[in-house]
Amino acid sequence: MYVAVKGGEAAIDNAHRLLAEARRGDAAVPELSVAQIREQMALLVDRVMTEGSLYDPDLAALALKQARGDVVEAVFLVRAYRTTLPRFGASTPVDTGAMAVERRVSATFKDLPGGQVLGPTFDYTHRLIDFALAAEGAVEPAAEAEPRDDAGTCPRVTDLLAQDGLIEASPPDDGAPVGDLTREPVDYPADRALRLQALARGDEGFVLGLAYSTQRGYGRTHPFVGEIRVGEVAVEFVPEELGFAVPLGRVRLTECQMVNQFKGSGAAPPQFTRGYGLSFGQSERKAMAMALVDRALRAEELGEPVASPAQDQEFVLAHCDSLQATGFVEHLKLPHYVDFQAELELVRRLRAEFEQGRDRAGMQEAAE
Amino acid sequence: MSATGIPERVGHLPPRKGEEGSSEAGYNFAYLDEGTKRMIRRAILKAIAVPGYQVPFASREMPMPYGWGTGGVQVTAAILGRADVLKVIDQGADDTTNAVSIRRFFARTSGVATTTRTTEATIIQTRHRIPETPLSEGQTLVYQVPIPEPLRFLEPRETETRQLHALAEYGAMHVKLYEDISRHGHIATTYAYPVEVAGRYVMDPSPTPKFDNPKMDDCPALQLFGAGRERRIYAVPPYTRVRSLDFEDHPFRVQEFTAPCALCGARGHYLDEVVTDDSGGRMYVCSDTDICETRVAEATR
Amino acid sequence: MLAAGFTDPVHDAQGTFRAVMDALARPGLSRPLAPGLAPPAPLTPELAAVALTLTDADTPVWLDAALADVPEVAAYLRFHTGAPLTDDPAQAAFALIRDPARCPPLDRFAQGTPAYPDTATTLVLALDAITPGEGLRLTGPGIKGAVRVTLTPLPEGFVAQCAGNRVGFPLGVDLILTAPGRVAGLPRSTAVTEG
Repeated sequence: MYVAVKGGEAAIDNAHRLLAEARRGDAAVPELSVAQIREQMALLVDRVMTEGSLYDPDLAALALKQARGDVVEAVFLVRAYRTTLPRFGASTPVDTGAMAVERRVSATFKDLPGGQVLGPTFDYTHRLIDFALAAEGAVEPAAEAEPRDDAGTCPRVTDLLAQDGLIEASPPDDGAPVGDLTREPVDYPADRALRLQALARGDEGFVLGLAYSTQRGYGRTHPFVGEIRVGEVAVEFVPEELGFAVPLGRVRLTECQMVNQFKGSGAAPPQFTRGYGLSFGQSERKAMAMALVDRALRAEELGEPVASPAQDQEFVLAHCDSLQATGFVEHLKLPHYVDFQAELELVRRLRAEFEQGRDRAGMQEAAE
Repeated sequence: MSATGIPERVGHLPPRKGEEGSSEAGYNFAYLDEGTKRMIRRAILKAIAVPGYQVPFASREMPMPYGWGTGGVQVTAAILGRADVLKVIDQGADDTTNAVSIRRFFARTSGVATTTRTTEATIIQTRHRIPETPLSEGQTLVYQVPIPEPLRFLEPRETETRQLHALAEYGAMHVKLYEDISRHGHIATTYAYPVEVAGRYVMDPSPTPKFDNPKMDDCPALQLFGAGRERRIYAVPPYTRVRSLDFEDHPFRVQEFTAPCALCGARGHYLDEVVTDDSGGRMYVCSDTDICETRVAEATR
Repeated sequence: MLAAGFTDPVHDAQGTFRAVMDALARPGLSRPLAPGLAPPAPLTPELAAVALTLTDADTPVWLDAALADVPEVAAYLRFHTGAPLTDDPAQAAFALIRDPARCPPLDRFAQGTPAYPDTATTLVLALDAITPGEGLRLTGPGIKGAVRVTLTPLPEGFVAQCAGNRVGFPLGVDLILTAPGRVAGLPRSTAVTEG
């Protein structure tokens, strides 16, 4: 005799216990500390902070530990935690021109004030598995940099170009309030600030794929990396009751200024245009991809045809968030048997009618 | 900072002004902060004032995934009070995993009483079904909605569908349903079957089987719909006309089941098909577990 | 000394909201509302409760002359809600009306747009009494058949204004009606006739 399935509560409890055990893995292997993840999986921590929209390396590291290293799951934990934090207001814009630069490269100039600072990068490594890392060992200390005459001055490449009018000016700050897509639903068409927010939070893989598509002809923008810079900037906040900015601390950022071609028009002389990317920590791939897609999404504003996915803001903004995407894709795991039953009933009925129709046709043929 | 390097606030947030009364340490009553509740409450009031219209709201990240009921959870969290009795169902059942998970979430974060009895509940959060037991005045049914836009699969662009609603231009929906008839002889939409609310807006009833559509019409309970990922809230007030779209020559019809429920013997309930063996054995049982159990208990008494 | 807000902000706001939600869901049927507030006069406890429950920095609030004339009222609302006050009824998310007989015409408030009818103003009126029966006849969503209610006082030509408010549906304003200890709703979807 069939008995309706019961025991959902116990099953869920047991699944959670199993998850806890699986997360820990073999107990004979020492447990990872949050500090170890923060220090030794730093780029992963940076990605979780960027897509999680919350700058807190310890929290991101803990989320990664809890999520068994699943990036999207860790982003999810961070975002859900972020939801519960009181919001005091918006900081003043950070000044990346005053960044304490750890890395700064430009593809558009051989040398420039402040120099090319390679910093810690995989760029010129040979991607050979280093079996020495499998054994524990001390790391050779990094070389000390020679002090440069122009150290401390590191103007943004786009500012240098802008001095000659060669690149479009940054839009002036008109004092208009900047939207916040975590507090208001996106209303299309979304302005650039909201698009940049969405891209910053967007899944790195998705944004990267879109950026790549622009390089392959789907919304081509002729990009040059004007500059990528990584380093710490000060964060300041103006409390309403004080009326002046007070420092809150420092955050480490990656900024990418992409320089793109623009034909000009009868009314305006030819000028380069901008694409912009910004991410927490060191996330160069993300910042570059973001800058490419940002520029592609400006197609309409710049009078270019909107024909490719990366230029279509509804397509990009509605699908770039990994939590929205994973939630809806994975919800297909949930039971759908009520709806499936409705479809089953219809398909059976249509099949029965099809069979009846064939039988009738067969009888008619036999009668003829 | 604690010895582990984790900020002290993790897991135990400092209490904020007026946020006592939670049963889960560190989180506000029903999880959401008061500012978020206010924003959702304003959206709910506008949704009630314009029946069937999808009000945009700033959906928050919740501790369960998008697509798993975050919209319904936010609506429930915004309306829930200490005196409420909450019932949560998925596919009509109280004991499906996601229903259990959401019910526990509210038990933990609000401490409100929960029930499986439809008649005892003041708020019922549902995914994919409307209870068989007729709802009453004073009850609120909160639907979890994946795709709130009934025109979405005819027109993927929000900018376009918004205009179509503004103009009450629903011809494309009728064309789509009529194409089904010409191809299959039937309207092939079996769930999430579009309805017209109070003679104005065409609305997605969420993926309930169309069997449940008639229950929405002139219902004594308030019906609220929350779509978290798509950031929309909409509503059907009590005693409001909800008409399933149809044609004179093809009137709206619900599914019929030939056999009664194998457990409680009920007819006229939506039934789940259960595969009993690997040689084609099937049986049909009520999808609504509460009414089925109640009937079985009464029969054995 | 500024008058206090809710003694239990979480649950008092929830209780007020549910009363307002039920009121708008069942137009014309009033609900009890006992917020336990003592705001500066002429702000009534019921107006204050609705304002504390629903307004904040995201919602411009318009005050009628009776309220705007008393600085303590604005100070109280600003402190407890953080809502910006506006002089322009067409910019208001909420309008607090202490003197309903002199309420500006409904069409001077934000009506919403065809694409976003939810951007219309919600008016909150402090009436002297909401009495079941006689008076106005209400029909529409949320109402089983028809319901009758007497509202006092009302502005001149209220029924005609309501007809004007209804004819442009889904555009139009929504009314939350308060009286001592009571709240009722009159959303734009409701048809209002006399007698």
